[in-house]
Amino acid sequence: MPDRVERLFRRCHERNRAAFIPYICAGDPTLERTVEIALALERAGADLIELGVPFSDPLADGIVNQLAAQRALESGTTPRGVLQCVAAIRQKSEVPIVLYTYLNPLLQFGFERFHHDAAAAGVDGLLILDLPPDEPIDAPAAPLHIRLVAPTTPADRLRKICDAAAGFIYYVSREGVTGVRTSVASSLRERVLELREYTALPIAVGFGISTPEQARQVAEAADGVVVGSAIVDRIARFGRNADLPDKVGEFVRPIAAAIHDREERLC
Amino acid sequence: MFVPETLIAALEELTAEYERAKVDPIFRAELDALLRDFAGRPTPLYFANRLTNALGGARIYLKREDLLHTGAHKINNALGQILLARRMGKQRIIAETGAGQHGVATATVAARFGCECVIYMGAVDMERQALNVARMRFLGAEVVAVNAGQATLKEAINEAMRDWVTNVRTTHYILGSALGSHPYPMMVRDFQRVIGVETRRQILEREERLPDLLVACVGGGSNAIGLFHPFLNDADVRMIGVEAGGEGIRAGKHAARFQGGKLGVLQGTRTFVLTDDDGQIQLTHSVSAGLDYAAIGPEHSYLRDSGRIEYTFATDGEALAAFRRLAETEGIIPALETAHAIAHVIKIAPEMPQDQLIVVNCSGRGDKDVSQAAAHFGL
Repeated sequence: MPDRVERLFRRCHERNRAAFIPYICAGDPTLERTVEIALALERAGADLIELGVPFSDPLADGIVNQLAAQRALESGTTPRGVLQCVAAIRQKSEVPIVLYTYLNPLLQFGFERFHHDAAAAGVDGLLILDLPPDEPIDAPAAPLHIRLVAPTTPADRLRKICDAAAGFIYYVSREGVTGVRTSVASSLRERVLELREYTALPIAVGFGISTPEQARQVAEAADGVVVGSAIVDRIARFGRNADLPDKVGEFVRPIAAAIHDREERLC
Repeated sequence: MFVPETLIAALEELTAEYERAKVDPIFRAELDALLRDFAGRPTPLYFANRLTNALGGARIYLKREDLLHTGAHKINNALGQILLARRMGKQRIIAETGAGQHGVATATVAARFGCECVIYMGAVDMERQALNVARMRFLGAEVVAVNAGQATLKEAINEAMRDWVTNVRTTHYILGSALGSHPYPMMVRDFQRVIGVETRRQILEREERLPDLLVACVGGGSNAIGLFHPFLNDADVRMIGVEAGGEGIRAGKHAARFQGGKLGVLQGTRTFVLTDDDGQIQLTHSVSAGLDYAAIGPEHSYLRDSGRIEYTFATDGEALAAFRRLAETEGIIPALETAHAIAHVIKIAPEMPQDQLIVVNCSGRGDKDVSQAAAHFGL
């Protein structure tokens, strides 16, 4: 069902609301827990789940996500295990799932084979951090390749990236690694508007969004709001609690509400 | 360019600036003057008479990069890149360092040009190369300890890239080896080619012919590619790169990418990498911090596959023995990195006829390693 992503954003558009996209690292603290957390996130209002494939050298990630990847690797998480985890979520849910990953685990798995197995497991999209569209690697049509745009991306690259994109565009809201920030970049609205000149695809914004207030601001400009490190930090804190999935659900519910109840759409 | 999107614009800017600088006579003249007057080029090509006699085979020459200012070949590249940073108007300089030689070279050029400088270094390396940490601090650099993972060179590069992603508009990243994303492997090689260009001229003056064999140690591989590159078209010149064999070729115990690695992607480069089947980067080990790294410069992978360059390894024990032997026979204490190349020369020279010529890149001096070696030998 490769159109889960498309149907999600169409549904959001019809209801004039943005999508809530939480990020968690698969296998943190265990893959069994990840299935439960993903389902709890959906119950709490998640529209699409971004699932991290843990990698030993996550150079685009801040300390919170680095430590999550480390915990996941220590619990024995492998790329194959992540795909089994997605398949387990799929038995109970149709929530779209995008894997956030680095390239080397896919290369060692077999790049094409990973696409095939991921699509079969129910993965809708791949966001490969260190594979920009310039690299001529043949990739199967499914899962979709979600493309990143950064604040530093020059205008003449936007065309190239948008042409190679599918599903939605992931706009990195500020220069830097993943992690909690205290404010939303003031240039965000202008950049999203500029981006809309190049693509009709929905635009999700991520990196640094952690509070309901920030989420509400971003939802006024974007079609989707990604919240990662703030949730991962909760998982780190309550990782051993029996009610971890409920704790995560409670934490994200106000964020989901802030995103879904946006008062106005500014662009 | 296997890097996050945020860095692409900076890498393209750097590529364009480098292409312009390369053909700009003013840039070339400024760099040449600095290499001569500040760094101390040309470096001597020194005939190692006593080592040659002791081994009883081929005649051995040392290319004395250890005599350069700051004590290693790293200054060649650091000078080239700081001039580029100035052309791009970037006042803040960052770098990673393993053995500390690149960190010292970068801190030196940053001080020379009055730039802010931050060096990322694994906590384990800071301990085993404490002398260089002190040197960097005296030169005005901030040295940031990296505690992630095994706290060596790979983690230092991750942290430097994270800094660069965050501060990319004001900051130039002086990567220290022929590694990372384009244009670094090409650009660093070009800045190090001066080693081979001088060697070629000097050996022709001394011996009136080209050498039979070139030997260099290979971590990322900048000193090796710098020596080898100007000889690539000379089919009769054999070349051997020496990787770190650590405690022997077992997973996690060495850093010999051509022994236990396979094609993968790490830190912007597609090359031979020590990776497990799940794509996680394996632990590495070497007595030498500068060779203790899981990936090799991509041009070395290419030249190995094409068969032009041979690669082998020396173990920790062999390198330490060579470190001591060069000190005792020639009065030259090499860096532990360099000692890997010397170790291979000690193995191979006795098997070669006495009329043959070896040039080994004496890439750095060993002051930084003296306390570590003294502990090993109980001196």
